[in-house]
Amino acid sequence: MKIAVVLKQVPDLVEGLEIDVSGKAVDPGTVRYILSESDDHALEEALLIKERVGGQVEVYSVDTGDAKETLITALAKGADHAILVNAELESSPDNHTAAQVFAPIFRERPFDLLLMGVRAIDDLDGSLGGLIAGLLDLPYVGLIRKVQVGAEPRSVVVEKEFPGGYAMELAAILPAVLGIQAAEQPPRYVPITRLRQMMKTAVVEELLVPTPHPHPLVVERLFKPEEGAGAAMLSGSPDQLSRQIADLIVERHLLR
Amino acid sequence: MNKDVVVVAEHFRGQLNEITFELLGKGREVAQGLGGKLIVFLLGEGAHRFTGELGAADRVWVAEAPEFREFVSEAYASWIGPKLKEAAPRLVLLGSTSVGLDLLGLLSTRCGFPCLDTCVRLEAKNGAVIATSQVYGGKVFAEVLLPEETTLVAAVPGSFAPEAGRVSGNPEVHALTVPPGQPASRVAFRKLIEPPPGDVDITRVSVLVGVGRGMQNAENLSLAQDLSAALGGAVCASRPVIDQGWLPLTRQVGKSGMKVKPKLYLAFGISGAPEHLEGMKQSETIIAVNTDPGAPIFSVAHYGAVVDALDLLPLLIEEIHNLSMKKAS
Amino acid sequence: MIPTTSRLGPVPGWAVLWILFLLALGIFLWRVVFLVRLLRLGRAEDRFDHIPARLKRVVVYVLGQRRILDEPLVGIPHALIFYGFVVFLLATSGMLLQALLPGLSIPTAERNRVLGPLVDIFAVLVLGGLAVSSFRRYVIRPAGLQLTFDAALVNTLIAALMVTYLLFEGFRLVALPAETGVWFPVGQWLAGVFSTSAMLRAHALFFYHLFWWPHTLIFLFFLGYLPQSKHLHLLAAPFSAFFSQLGPLGRLPAPAGDKTQLGAERLEEFTWRQLLSAFACAECGRCERTCPSFQCGEPCSPRQLIHNLKEQLLHYGPALLEKVRATADGGELALIGNLISPQELWSCTTCLACSVRCPVMNEHMSIMVDLRRRLVERGEVDTRLEEALRNLARYGNSFGQSERKRAVWTQGLDFKPKDARKEPVEWLWYLGEYACYHPALEGITRSLARVLRAAEVDYGILYEAERNSGNDTRRVGEEGLFELLREKNLATLKKTRFSNLFSTDPHVYNTLKNEYPELNHGQHAVYHYTELLASLLERGRLKVTRKLPYRVTYQDPCYLGRYNGVYEAPRRVLRALGVKLVEMPRSRGDSLCCGGGGGRIWMEEIGEVHSRPSESRVREAAALENLQFLAVACPKDYVMFTDALKTTGLEGRLAIKDLSELVAEATGLSPVAESTRPGAVPVVR
Repeated sequence: MKIAVVLKQVPDLVEGLEIDVSGKAVDPGTVRYILSESDDHALEEALLIKERVGGQVEVYSVDTGDAKETLITALAKGADHAILVNAELESSPDNHTAAQVFAPIFRERPFDLLLMGVRAIDDLDGSLGGLIAGLLDLPYVGLIRKVQVGAEPRSVVVEKEFPGGYAMELAAILPAVLGIQAAEQPPRYVPITRLRQMMKTAVVEELLVPTPHPHPLVVERLFKPEEGAGAAMLSGSPDQLSRQIADLIVERHLLR
Repeated sequence: MNKDVVVVAEHFRGQLNEITFELLGKGREVAQGLGGKLIVFLLGEGAHRFTGELGAADRVWVAEAPEFREFVSEAYASWIGPKLKEAAPRLVLLGSTSVGLDLLGLLSTRCGFPCLDTCVRLEAKNGAVIATSQVYGGKVFAEVLLPEETTLVAAVPGSFAPEAGRVSGNPEVHALTVPPGQPASRVAFRKLIEPPPGDVDITRVSVLVGVGRGMQNAENLSLAQDLSAALGGAVCASRPVIDQGWLPLTRQVGKSGMKVKPKLYLAFGISGAPEHLEGMKQSETIIAVNTDPGAPIFSVAHYGAVVDALDLLPLLIEEIHNLSMKKAS
Repeated sequence: MIPTTSRLGPVPGWAVLWILFLLALGIFLWRVVFLVRLLRLGRAEDRFDHIPARLKRVVVYVLGQRRILDEPLVGIPHALIFYGFVVFLLATSGMLLQALLPGLSIPTAERNRVLGPLVDIFAVLVLGGLAVSSFRRYVIRPAGLQLTFDAALVNTLIAALMVTYLLFEGFRLVALPAETGVWFPVGQWLAGVFSTSAMLRAHALFFYHLFWWPHTLIFLFFLGYLPQSKHLHLLAAPFSAFFSQLGPLGRLPAPAGDKTQLGAERLEEFTWRQLLSAFACAECGRCERTCPSFQCGEPCSPRQLIHNLKEQLLHYGPALLEKVRATADGGELALIGNLISPQELWSCTTCLACSVRCPVMNEHMSIMVDLRRRLVERGEVDTRLEEALRNLARYGNSFGQSERKRAVWTQGLDFKPKDARKEPVEWLWYLGEYACYHPALEGITRSLARVLRAAEVDYGILYEAERNSGNDTRRVGEEGLFELLREKNLATLKKTRFSNLFSTDPHVYNTLKNEYPELNHGQHAVYHYTELLASLLERGRLKVTRKLPYRVTYQDPCYLGRYNGVYEAPRRVLRALGVKLVEMPRSRGDSLCCGGGGGRIWMEEIGEVHSRPSESRVREAAALENLQFLAVACPKDYVMFTDALKTTGLEGRLAIKDLSELVAEATGLSPVAESTRPGAVPVVR
């Protein structure tokens, strides 16, 4: 089974982010990038499928300056092939642009399954998976938490999450695109020694593609919500706070 | 392109979801602002029975087929897409949900419509439509001027008032004919997986004690359990806690979990990711405790305290016990 | 008639004696060679350096029975049995040799004035020792002591050996009374008893031979049996002591050359010294009894670890030696998962109590870490630990906080500590992540900053350039990450100009001192902050303006005390402050680990824990009369004990104080009102 995975770098919120002077974009100087969490899960799910039924896992990422380390980490985890896609873009593309980068690539390099995270923290224009599936005219199911190879040939059975703890089991005919919410187990750990080894020896294919020009959404402005706005902040020692909170509970007649 | 607003209705297990009414309410407002009509796209098997609830709309398109009984993105998209292209409305409103999110991407590229996700505010102004969406875990908002073409917008549940969508009215109902064997879908529904039988239905409890990563480890849950026992409530949690296995799935509050509206929601060590807020922000009173003053939970909470939940809980539990005893005597 | 120099004449059955002797010797040698071949399966390791120092080890620890005597109740009997064994070894070998080679004149107990009485007395002492140890073994039944058939057999035979000796000695003295002036206390008394019977008197020589033979047979039996039994430790212990680690305890051996297969799991991946542990171990259980994790119910057991290694070695070693089985690996089943569970390995806190107590000087830790290295290499780490490791790799701290926030604690100060990245300093303060990031500790860090400034110490910090030193990362088995952190830190330190380095965290102190070789080559010295404070107080650079009227006990941190021998400096600090220092029953080298080391503070609890080490320790402190504070010198101790006070409900009973807080109070650098009274919840500043 040939599984393709698309990985995206997103700002690491641990470092905080600031909006630049134009007020329309995030200040790149304040940002450090990290692999999108649900993409990490997508990679894990792909590796699990490979471990179960055999096959090849190919990982792709658009080059925004630091995607190479992420691709090599994927190789260290067990992916077979890594491709760094250079579309000569200045900054991290929105999902429509990315979809237009990947659709032609996947027309040339067909897959059985294409996995990626269902949502990244910087997504504004929908799930990349759905967009790519639409361009390639392939089936798409999002919010997946489990993928199994189907009994019928060329099919998979997936579990799609719904609210309230419900889920739906669906069967999809391959080739198909899946938006992963969570893998069946947390993303695996790569010991640093193996990673450092990989950094020295791994080969990442560099693929140059034409720069697409879709019409992106125009962001008029970016702004941060006021801190704590909305909440009346209580203050004092933990002793005093516990009394204040208890008072609030009593006021609402919620004490038994 | 006309000035109409189309809402794609969502239903699950025989009921229209609340997001549908939120979209209807906001859609009606925007349609009026634009001078267009509000149309609802309703797919299902026996979906006709919902039309009575769609009074907010001017028109309802109903498509009935066995393939539409359960939501399968493939089936829905292949039907809705061509219809939308033909109708060319100004705006198509979806929920940013298990249903809407799947449709958003598929329809966007299949039909060539731009799209916007995670919308929390929407308004029509002088013929233009301005939407505000949340990004970066709710820490940043983006204001977008929608392009002058059919645009798909997915809204975060809980952003708009559902009451505005629950009005009585008499919309025109157009039944769309679905030829048998259509739509041919490459994805098939197999079965619905029920959540494991839970001990407590947290959607029916009036006091909830919510725990997040800030509780640090499973042993500290006993503090939350003590507090909830003292208040006659139940313990619930954000997704990371459930993923760690500290509590069962039925206690998860959020986008993929339960949606709760208790009288009191106490959030301990929960940062307030949008997915979680979606599930509890409509609680009557929210008191949030977190060591990070910038935690997004404080934007929906009514009261907040910046302190370590592990330091506060034992004191709060004691205080509640004392007050309860005083009350009893 | 065989000519003999013995006045008693030759022993009957000389030919049989020779046959049995050769048989026993043959069995002994064959077995010893086999065991040595098994050891040679292991990796090479150079432990042949500093021979004089190594010999001294054998003298102190084996002949001197140093660690055995730590537990007097069992130590003294054992020492007696041991010395008795040595004496008897000499005596009986002499006697046997004399019997085998009657023509030679050998100084036996029979004719030697010193050896004779010595053996005589020791026979009784050994019997006494056996009585006490049997009482302990079968009546008291301490934890960790296995009651095996082997042990029972050996003890019985030793007793029989003593008894037969005394008997034949008695009869010998009847047949051949001792020269005047030579004193055989027990023998002569027995001879006196036997002499009362005419029959016994007449046939004394016969009876002498009658008891001589069983005695010799038992001895020969031992010769052949010893290397097959648990008493192999008799042979192996001198070697394990000789080949014990000479370097600092705080330096873990780096993994062997091949970087792709870190750690050890297969027998051939362990070093021969690690394999030797298996033979030297007497299964006495001291290690287990002193292990904090074992005591609180976690699956960790140092004794079991060594035992399982032995099982593995004896089971699969032979096939590996022959390599005749179909598979080149001799069908060796994986050690982890079959004999040793990952939980056992993860529950170790690396407190070193086991190794420090071990009478044969085994190194449990190096085996445990090598096994952990293999687990990490396979990616088999629990989620919380994995998160900590990912954070360490990415942010340089386990908290997952931005590197840029490392110096946020300084904002509460009314001055800015010197930036060691930009200007030279005399003292470089390497804080450690807990002092910088943990909310409960920031106030303490600031206290120390103020104290040092008041003492006019020229110190500086690295601000955002400081990264985790890697001590616990290494002990968790992530050697690659340790190396990465060390590289980064050394690069930073190279650009920094300082004379000495000190840390508030014993873990940081340990690794910088022992595992950062470039740091210590003559130019810099690494200290713990208590050493610096002690010096400042004693030289008057810090003036105590208010003697603290408290009763205080002190927790010796594992990485400061057991690992690096620093016990006095913190006590000198406390005495200088005027507090009444009361020691807990388990102090100094016996100090109980708080349970947070070895990466445990990054992991979930394992198994059914009935009482955490930190809880046990605070109870021990609380049991001291009128105690107000448990003083600590390690941030992990502070965090673990503060939590333990809450979970044991002892918050009103006593409070935890870091030494810097006490120093700040005594030198008037923090208002008395701010000091945490027992009972008050620490305010997060």
